[in-house]
This record gives sequence, structure tokens and C-alpha cells, in this order.
Amino acid sequence: MYSVPAASLLRFARRDIGLAAMNKSWSPEIEAFRREVRDFIRTHLPDDIRCQVAEERMDLPREDLIRWHKILHEQGGWGCPGWPVEHGGPGWNFEQQYVFERELALNDAPRLMIYGVGMLGPTLMEFGSDEQKRRFLPPILRGDVYWCQGFSEPNAGSDLAALKCRADRDGDDYIVNGSKIWTSDAHHADWIFGLYRTASDGKKQHGITFLLIDLDSPGITLRPLLMFEGTHEVNQVFFDNVRVPVTHRVGEEHRGWTYAKYLLGLERFGTAEISRSMASLGRLKTLVAEIAADAGGAYYRDAAANVEIELRALELTERRLLFGPGGPDAMGPEASMLKVRGTELQQCILELTMEAMGPAGQIDRPRDAQPGSNRTQLEQAGRNYFNYRKTSIYSGSNEIQKNIIAKAVLGL
Amino acid sequence: MNFQFSDEQTLIRDSISRFLADEYAFDRRLTLTADGLGYSDVHWQQFAELGWLALPFAEQYGGLDATPVETMIIMEQFGRGLMVSPYLSTIVFAGQLLANAGSEEQCETILPDVITGDRLLACAYAEPQSRRALSGVSTRAERDGDIFVINGDKSLAIYAECAHTLIVSARTSGVDHDAHGVSLFLVDTPTAGISMTHHRTHDGSRASDITLHNVTVSADKLIGELDNGLPALDFAIDVATAAVCAEASGAMWAVYEQTLAYLKTREQFGQTLGSLQALQHRLVDVYTSCELAQSAALDATLHLGADPAARRRAVSAAKVTIANHGKTVGQEGVQLHGGVGMTMELPIGHYLKRLTAINAAFGDANYHLRRYQNP
Ligand SMILES: Cc1cc2nc3c(=O)[nH]c(=O)nc-3n(C[C@H](O)[C@H](O)[C@H](O)COP(=O)(O)OP(=O)(O)OC[C@H]3O[C@@H](n4cnc5c(N)ncnc54)[C@H](O)[C@@H]3O)c2cc1C
Repeated sequence: MYSVPAASLLRFARRDIGLAAMNKSWSPEIEAFRREVRDFIRTHLPDDIRCQVAEERMDLPREDLIRWHKILHEQGGWGCPGWPVEHGGPGWNFEQQYVFERELALNDAPRLMIYGVGMLGPTLMEFGSDEQKRRFLPPILRGDVYWCQGFSEPNAGSDLAALKCRADRDGDDYIVNGSKIWTSDAHHADWIFGLYRTASDGKKQHGITFLLIDLDSPGITLRPLLMFEGTHEVNQVFFDNVRVPVTHRVGEEHRGWTYAKYLLGLERFGTAEISRSMASLGRLKTLVAEIAADAGGAYYRDAAANVEIELRALELTERRLLFGPGGPDAMGPEASMLKVRGTELQQCILELTMEAMGPAGQIDRPRDAQPGSNRTQLEQAGRNYFNYRKTSIYSGSNEIQKNIIAKAVLGL
Repeated sequence: MNFQFSDEQTLIRDSISRFLADEYAFDRRLTLTADGLGYSDVHWQQFAELGWLALPFAEQYGGLDATPVETMIIMEQFGRGLMVSPYLSTIVFAGQLLANAGSEEQCETILPDVITGDRLLACAYAEPQSRRALSGVSTRAERDGDIFVINGDKSLAIYAECAHTLIVSARTSGVDHDAHGVSLFLVDTPTAGISMTHHRTHDGSRASDITLHNVTVSADKLIGELDNGLPALDFAIDVATAAVCAEASGAMWAVYEQTLAYLKTREQFGQTLGSLQALQHRLVDVYTSCELAQSAALDATLHLGADPAARRRAVSAAKVTIANHGKTVGQEGVQLHGGVGMTMELPIGHYLKRLTAINAAFGDANYHLRRYQNP
């Protein structure tokens, strides 16, 4: 367990490669675990998948995500690193989970299949019925069912509790009408979990119900929404008299807000993407190392060093919060700070990468070109810069995160 | 001191703004930029009929002898309307380069057709290795009796894809990065020995990488003096840079207006977003940036006729101002719109793409920061 007496902070600051110094401070067991994970990824991650991630793509094809998930799964439930043994996960402690996700990021492995693995799974373990756990958890574990998250609506974004998509009780079913928007990966997904309005009297947080819906149900249609740089990641999902069995309700009727808050709390740790930014920064540094001094080389190298310095401070901040005296459970609303600063730095790295390429960074190359073969990760530099503008909007916009910090941390 | 537009200038502004509203609604633009050359030939002919292609040129070729301020006005409007067309490459950049440095005979052969919309021009000056330095020209033109033979690579020439005539910079003496020894040539396309790879850029425009392999041009295709092409090219790039600064300022105003309108109507938590002070302050900063960018573009425009050092300082100052403020405004426009700001179907992200492309064109902020200090 890492804790931070002032002396070790000083030692940390004096090291040339602070991150290596940090790794050395893991216990020998964790360090051995880290090496095992890293070696596994390096030997098992298919190159065509790695190349897509190294290109900063977030819109990996469904087949590739599932292929990688299954490779991890075969290794002992590694596809669900946070899951306990009783549900088929590896039963890792929090340090192990942290190190595992960090190695995934540093070695350009895809992000986990977050909606099922990181959100719904743990929520069902906490609030689902035994029948729901039996039915829904094993397919997530194996990577057989792809989930998406239906929370936001056209008029309920930051103000999520204002959602209106209705679920009316009819015997043993709910009948769902309305729409969800910005639903990431709905076009890849088999099922959608989401929040639906079952009552509209009283506080808006009351009367929300958490339902699991098969996307093949009659009455569901998808409208693809292209991002302004051309990528298809999000959709609007329309529900027209869609029948959902009451048995697909998580927890109690009207109390979905409680479960959603639990679920969104799980997301907090990942969205700062600090380790992913480390990998992106490595690519930026390689690029700017080659720019001649009279072509702005010094400027770009200084800029990259500046981000690196900011990132170091943020990484140590994250570790102080996660591995401080009370452990990860003690981390509260401070997580919002990691999300804000983490996404800002991530955006800054991709911006610098595009800018350092000069006019060539403006070329719009199609996404569907054969990944990996004959292309460099820089070919998508402009698209990546534009695409990652989303990170300060989703998962609780950075403005909303700052409201949380102001209220819950600063006490204003 | 007077910062009022003349009646005539106001008329030009209004006619462009009407054209954009009638002919270039955003969904039409989306369709046009999706394939082909990204713009409409019909529109180009309309530009000719409306006299916009004639604006900066001398009367003797059919032009209207307008000042750089008229170009600023038209580019500002194009920025607002996100107009994609070869106007910058043909009329502002290559056209005025030729008008300033070309012989009367060259102008007479080419400019009247440009003004009627029948001939498109483009400049091929940047090279893969040259990065930001203007003198980084390693394309060579060797004299062989009455002809020049040109060999080399040019990168990302804007709208070279549809140009009938290119202006190509090539070294006729000296070595890479010598300021002296660069000459400019008119090269018609297609011509034996020229091959191009065309690219779509994120802003919906087009740019081409060009390879010249033993391309021959007759000696009368030399523009201006042998070995002394850089000052004219430098001037023309400043004219084009001032024009994109004006375009950026127009784009920024549009972002400001659209974001303001959105925040006034979008409700969350039972109130309009515009009533939240945190967002009000953000929008105030956006507004201020627009004012500063507009001033910077005007500053550059009014210095285009000044002595070279003063001109370079003003243009570089404008480019840096636009780079800093344009980037923030573009990003804020997307951010303050939330999810819809990320979509293809709303203009807001397209402004960010165009502002980003402008930052990368004709030297980035870092290049101009140094040029400003060392004009
Ligand atoms: C690429 C992408 C993927 C997404 N994926 C999913 C998904 O899979 N499932 C899902 O349910 N949702 C998803 N979302 C939706 C996302 O969570 C919302 O976009 C986000 O909550 C913001 O809501 P909004 O878009 O309605 O913006 P709005 O809430 O309208 O906000 C607009 C702007 O105002 C600011 N703002 C709003 N309220 C305040 C306030 N009180 N104080 C200060 N500033 C404020 C916001 O920060 C933002 O800048 C996704 C969004 C994107 C862009």
C-alpha cells in the first residue's frame, strides 16, 4: 500500500522517471502481478486491435471488443477485473484492479466493455434479484451480451432526473414510450439498461425506475447520430409501446435513482484516463522529438514537457486519493477533480499532436481504412482531437463536476 | 479615424449575407461538402455574376479595383456561413499573387477568365520538408534553352484539385533555405509530369499533394524576376493570411451568436442555461474574443499596403490573436452546447473544424509568434 510521507514525495520529485519510481513502491507481490499482467497483454493482444487503440480510436468494432474480452476472460475472468470470484471474476483487491487497468492503458489494450462489466454487473450484484444475477451476469462475464446505457434524454442531460421516457405498468409488463439520446454503442449492443419515468408526482428523483430492455423488442428503433468529425458512436433510441416484463426491473419501482447514483459512482474512477494519457503522451513525445529546431521543435517539446509535468502531478494526486489512509472507499467527490483535469490534459495532448503535424494534421482520412496496415497512428490526429472534445461533456460534464467540487468538497 | 463601412461596402456585405442565407443553408452545405469537390459550380458562376470574383482585380482585366477591406468583408461573411469554395485559393491567394507580380501579358491571358469564373488558380508553394519556413524550397527548375524543367514535391496545395493553372515555387539557384534563388512559375494542369494525391480536409475543403516530374514550362511562364520570387510570394501569403483571419473572425461571431441563442433557450434544472452565472462569464469571454479577433483581422488588412516589416508584424500579430482566441471560441461553442455540440447535424462543431484548419494554414501560432518578433 502506498502512502505519502513528505520525504518520499521529495524523493519522487527528484527522480528522472517518477513513474518508474512509483512502480517500485508497489509491494513485491503487486509488482510481480503487474509484470504478469503486462507480459500477458503484450503476448496476447492481437496487433490489429492494438493498432486501433494506439490510433486513439474509441469506436472499436463490436467483434474486436468481444474478441479481446474473451481472451481476457479465458485467463481467469480478467475481462471483469472488478468482479468477485463468486461471480466468475478474478477477485482482485483494489490495487490489483488499478494496476491491471493501468497496464491495459499503457499497452494500448482496448477499454473494458464498460457498460456491462463496469456498470451494470456491479449494480446487479448489489441490487439485482437472484434470478437477474443468474440470467444476466454470466453472459457479461463471457462477453456474450453487449450492453449500452440509456440514461440521457433530449431534455434531460445534466439534469438527468428530469427524464421523461415513460414506463406504464400493464399487468406483468411495463409499456415504454419515448426516447433516449446519446446512447453510446446502441448500434453494437444487444441490451440497454436505463431509467424510465413511472411516476411524476413529487420530487423528480422519485418515480424513476431502472429497467433492462432487450434491444430486439418490437417497437425499438435506432437513429444513428454522427459526431461532427464523422464517427458513429452515439444514437437516439426510440421506444414505441415497447413491452418489458416486470421481472426486468432492477430493485423497486420508483426507486431507480438510488441505483443509478450507485452505478454512476462506479464510473468515477475510470474517466480521468490518466494512464491512457500517458500512452498518448508517449506518442506525442516521439512525434515532437523529430521536429527541427527551426520548425518549432523547441516549442512543441516544451509544450509536451509541460503536459507531462501536469500529468505527473495528477497521477500522484489520483494515487494519494485512492491509496491514502482510508483506501479507495474514502475517496469522495474529489474524484470529480480527477475527471476534469484528466480530460483537459487528454484533450491537450491530442490537440498538441494534431498541431505538431502542421497542415497534415488536417487531412480527413476515412475511419474504415484497414487498421494497422500501412498507416501510422498520426493519420487520425485531427479526428482524434475533434472526437475527444466529447470527454469534457459526457460522464458528467466538466461544469457539473466543478459544481460538485464546489458544493461537496469546498462546502460552498 | 473612421471605422465605418462605406455604403458600397455595406451593400457587398449584405448581398453576401443574403446569398448565404438563400443558397447556402447548413444542410445544403453538408450535402455539398460530402463529396466531389466540396462546392457547387453553380455557386461559383453566381459569385462571378455578383462580381465577387472581380473585386480585387484591376479594371483593365475586368476587375473592380476594390481594396483589401472588401476582401475582408467577403471573407468575414464566408466565415459566418462556413462557405467552402476555391475563393481563397483562386481569387485571394494565387489571383492576387499573379496580379501583383505577373507581367501584363500574363495577367491579360489569365485574369479575365478568372473573373468570369472560367479559370481556377491555386498556389503550390509548401513542401513536405519545408514545414513552416518559406524559403524551404527544394523543388528545382533547371533552365534548358527556352524552357524550364521542374522537379520536386509540393504538399497540401489548397484546391489544386480543380485548378486550371498552378503557381509553383521552385529553386532556380542556391540551396534549400536560401531566401534568394526561388522563382515562381505558371504551370497549367493537367500537364505531363504532374501527378496529384487529393485529400479531403476536416473543414470540408480539398488539398492536394503534388509531384512534379520533369515538368516543362516555357520561359514566358516565369512570374516576375528570376531568383527573386520570394518577396512576392511572402506578400501574397500575407494577403491570404489576412483573409483567413477575417474569415475566422466571422466564424467566431457565428459561434458566439449561436451559442448565445442556445443558452437563452436550453433549460436544465428548471432554468435556462443562460441564467447560470458560471456560463454567463464563459460567454462574456467568448464575446470579448470575437471583438479582439475582429480588430486583429482589421489590423492585418489595413497593413497589407504598408512596408514589408510593418505588414509582416501586423499580419503575424493577427494570426496569433486568431489562433489563441479562435481556438478557445471554437472549443467553447462545442462545450457549451453539450451533446448536440458534438453532432454532424449542428454547425457548431464545423466552426471548430474550420477554425482549427485556419490555425494550421499559412503558419501556426508558434511560427507567427517568432515572425512577429523578427519580421
Ligand atoms: C459522445 C457522447 C457519448 C455519450 N454516451 C452516453 C451514453 O452512453 N448514455 C447516456 O445516457 N448518455 C450519454 N451521453 C450523454 C451525456 O451524459 C450528456 O451529453 C451530458 O450529461 C450533458 O448533457 P446535455 O448534452 O444535455 O448538455 P446540457 O445539460 O444541456 O449542457 C449544456 C452545457 O451547459 C452546461 N451546464 C449544464 N448545467 C449546468 C450547470 N448547472 N452549471 C454549469 N454548467 C451547466 C454543461 O456542462 C454543458 O456545457 C453521451 C454524450 C456524448 C457527447
